Amino acid sequence: MVSFITNLINGLSLGSIYAIIAIGYTMVYGIAKMLNFAHGDIIMVGGYLAFTIITTLGLPVGLGILVAVVGCLGLGVAIEKIAYKPLRNAGSPLAVLITAIGVSYFLENMALLIFGSDPRIFTSVVPFSTVKIGPFTIPGTTIISIVVSLLLVFFLQMFVNKTKPGQAMLAVAQDRDAASLMGISVNGTISLTFAIGSAMAGIAGVLLCSAYPTLSPYTGAMPGIKAFVAAVFGGIGSIPGAMIGGLLLGVIEILGRTYISSQLSDAIVFSVLIIVLLVKPTGLMGKVTQEKV
Amino acid sequence: MALLEVKNLAIQFGGLRAVDDFDLSIEKGELYGLIGPNGAGKTTVFNLLTGEYKPTSGIITLDGVDITGKKPIEINKAGIARTFQNIRLFKQLSVLDNVKIGLHNQYKYSTVASILRLPSYYKTEKEMNEKAMELLKVFGLDKHADVLSSNLPYGEQRKLEIARAMATNPKLLLLDEPAAGMNPNETEELMENISYIRKNFGMTILLIEHDMKLVAGICEKLTVLNFGRILTQGDTKTVLKNPEVIKAYLGDE
Amino acid sequence: MKNSKLTKQSKDNLGTIAMVVIIYIIVQICSAAGLVNSHLAGLLVPLCVYATMAVALNLVVGILGELSLGHAGFMCVGAFSAAFFSVAHADTMNTFPRFIIAILIGGLIAGIFGFLIGIPVLRLNGDYLAIVTLAFGEIIKNIMNVLYIGMDEKGYHFSMKSANDLTMTENGKMIINGPQGITGTPYDATFTAGFIILLIAVIVVLNLINSRDGRAIMAIRDNRIAAESVGIPVTRYKMLAFTMSAVISGCAGALYAHNLASLIATPARFGYNMSILFLVFVVLGGIGSTRGAIIASIILTLIPEVLRFIGDFRLLIYSIVMIVMMIVNWNPKSRAFIEAHNPFKKKEKEVK
Repeated sequence: MVSFITNLINGLSLGSIYAIIAIGYTMVYGIAKMLNFAHGDIIMVGGYLAFTIITTLGLPVGLGILVAVVGCLGLGVAIEKIAYKPLRNAGSPLAVLITAIGVSYFLENMALLIFGSDPRIFTSVVPFSTVKIGPFTIPGTTIISIVVSLLLVFFLQMFVNKTKPGQAMLAVAQDRDAASLMGISVNGTISLTFAIGSAMAGIAGVLLCSAYPTLSPYTGAMPGIKAFVAAVFGGIGSIPGAMIGGLLLGVIEILGRTYISSQLSDAIVFSVLIIVLLVKPTGLMGKVTQEKV
Repeated sequence: MALLEVKNLAIQFGGLRAVDDFDLSIEKGELYGLIGPNGAGKTTVFNLLTGEYKPTSGIITLDGVDITGKKPIEINKAGIARTFQNIRLFKQLSVLDNVKIGLHNQYKYSTVASILRLPSYYKTEKEMNEKAMELLKVFGLDKHADVLSSNLPYGEQRKLEIARAMATNPKLLLLDEPAAGMNPNETEELMENISYIRKNFGMTILLIEHDMKLVAGICEKLTVLNFGRILTQGDTKTVLKNPEVIKAYLGDE
Repeated sequence: MKNSKLTKQSKDNLGTIAMVVIIYIIVQICSAAGLVNSHLAGLLVPLCVYATMAVALNLVVGILGELSLGHAGFMCVGAFSAAFFSVAHADTMNTFPRFIIAILIGGLIAGIFGFLIGIPVLRLNGDYLAIVTLAFGEIIKNIMNVLYIGMDEKGYHFSMKSANDLTMTENGKMIINGPQGITGTPYDATFTAGFIILLIAVIVVLNLINSRDGRAIMAIRDNRIAAESVGIPVTRYKMLAFTMSAVISGCAGALYAHNLASLIATPARFGYNMSILFLVFVVLGGIGSTRGAIIASIILTLIPEVLRFIGDFRLLIYSIVMIVMMIVNWNPKSRAFIEAHNPFKKKEKEVK
């Protein structure tokens, strides 16, 4: 029982990191209507930025986190402006999807050139290694990940529902043309979305590397795909959905790995996704839209 | 026995009864008009007749066969074909191919025959081409057979939709605002086309239209819908003189 | 008019087939003249595999209009089932019939997978369909890594835990060895074999597209509701396109397997990255164009080789080329510019 609860907590920890990435995915999807395949690689960039500041240069941890977050934010906005914006009216959603894949290759190969293919060992940014609560020994990163993700979701929900730029995001997500006619800057809103999503990817990068300390150019790819799965799981476009999807995914992955088969953990995660979508074709919290005849 | 018999048809969306207590009887060979102000539920009636929506209650029979609640594909096979208010052509395909897709269930050969290019492929394709060209000729579209359907002018796109619907060899043809967006010349042509297919194909037609000149010109009977319910139905002349109809259209003076 | 229509279509198809044949002949002449180095020669079979995959995926993405991110999974199934057959019959059959049967088995088994996966997947729409195909592809890859199959005089032994669980006799022969995959698949894949498979795939797909079935599939892509309204059985045709595509992918995978010393279901070979690469071929080739898909697969496979002289930067340049090509090809303004200044452009007919 104790080990089960420990596994559950580990699952929530991994899940909360997925959740942070998934929220970025889901926001960009909801507002820019594109699958940003490079999102996972921004996590990797965040990890390397923090690694460079903290380990290579020996500067304070706080500065490392700040640089990772701000760097990812800038990178996300720049990618949107340079690579995605020219294709916003391309006529096929596939065009921008393929470009995103190109950006993903670009970031991975850039990291490969600068840092090489050997994995780097990331030092956790969490100052305390474990906390003992009753019979449970919980790693510090676990607690921090869960707390940070809850805070982020809380503030993001407040931002989207209570502030003007947040409302503009909802408006652009619903109907870009109508929002534009109401005087909302669509370009500005999309940039803002990329900024927030990418900054969150930066945070996710630092947390992910603290929990799983090997850092390589491909570190972000699989978590990126998993987070995408989490976003779909929860109903793509929905922030609470992404949070729940991420947490569930993390828990399923860890429990599946422990109790069913460590080699089949990915297969288990993907099977659950398939089952959920077959029962509820638009995810757990997604809205059903029907084409009007 | 009427070709189309609708009894007590109703559909509810949430709390809204979009169509209620709808009866309709169309004899074979009739040209019937369904009119009413915007939002009266005309297109909803079409969507119910063609299986896009499942009715909350009521019965639809076509030629004595109960088709209530069937899927669009089955209803087309049963003998109802339609056009759409917001044109739905196969945009990336040619005019000819659009009509040939309408012929899909009349002319058959196997997948193996198409992959191996067996004689049945060539023979059936030739027959399909001839039949499709024949239909296109009715609407004066034969000269544009090779053109991408989305490159046709608006009025011709509407005609192509009718040709495509005709290709499925229906017993009853539903036209949803066939003259919308057409200039008077085009409307005139369209009226001739409709009369032609009626005469030469013995087609029974139910159409939704706002163009009163067209309605008064070709429809024999009318049903007027208002707020989802039948306001009146009967001969065109009688219906159009009905003060309630005039009121529904023009509002209270 | 209708006759010119038919000839125009057949001309286009013949052009694509001729292109494949001409490329084959040129490569054969170059290699006879000693112009093909061993490195390039090693790429010829993979090139046929990728081009065939691009043709197969184009059937789903370009013609049916559904996004699949799991086609590497079908290739994986084809590769493993074909290699399994070849290894099991390595000593008992002659090369030629064995290889042909292996390719057919690869196609058949992948087709069965395509059909079974298609039943649930094709009910979904758009991006949901895409993510589920990705999920299936990953599951297939994952399962291949825990599969142990051996053979002894008593027959086949199967396990999903370890090689020891197979409990084979001493003469037992390991065929699929979990994460080590299949080793010792005979090297039956030649460039000519690859060329023939690609050619057959192209002919099958083009003939399918230009037929009653193909029109029905494209009708679903262009407007599902209208297709239903004229009585097209939508589910059936979605299944047909998807299954057909899986069969071709399976054949491509079978070819691929017979070109590898050891067949392992690694992410680099059969993961979602690979599925995405095939998608890149289809989109860069101009969605829906079989010829374009083949050309894009050849160019994108050769770019990293041509760029070999710049060493480590080649993959970076590759990604930049990809982004720039996409933007130039798809940005509305640059598109208009290219169309206005392209003397080779075929005039699109328009009715005034």
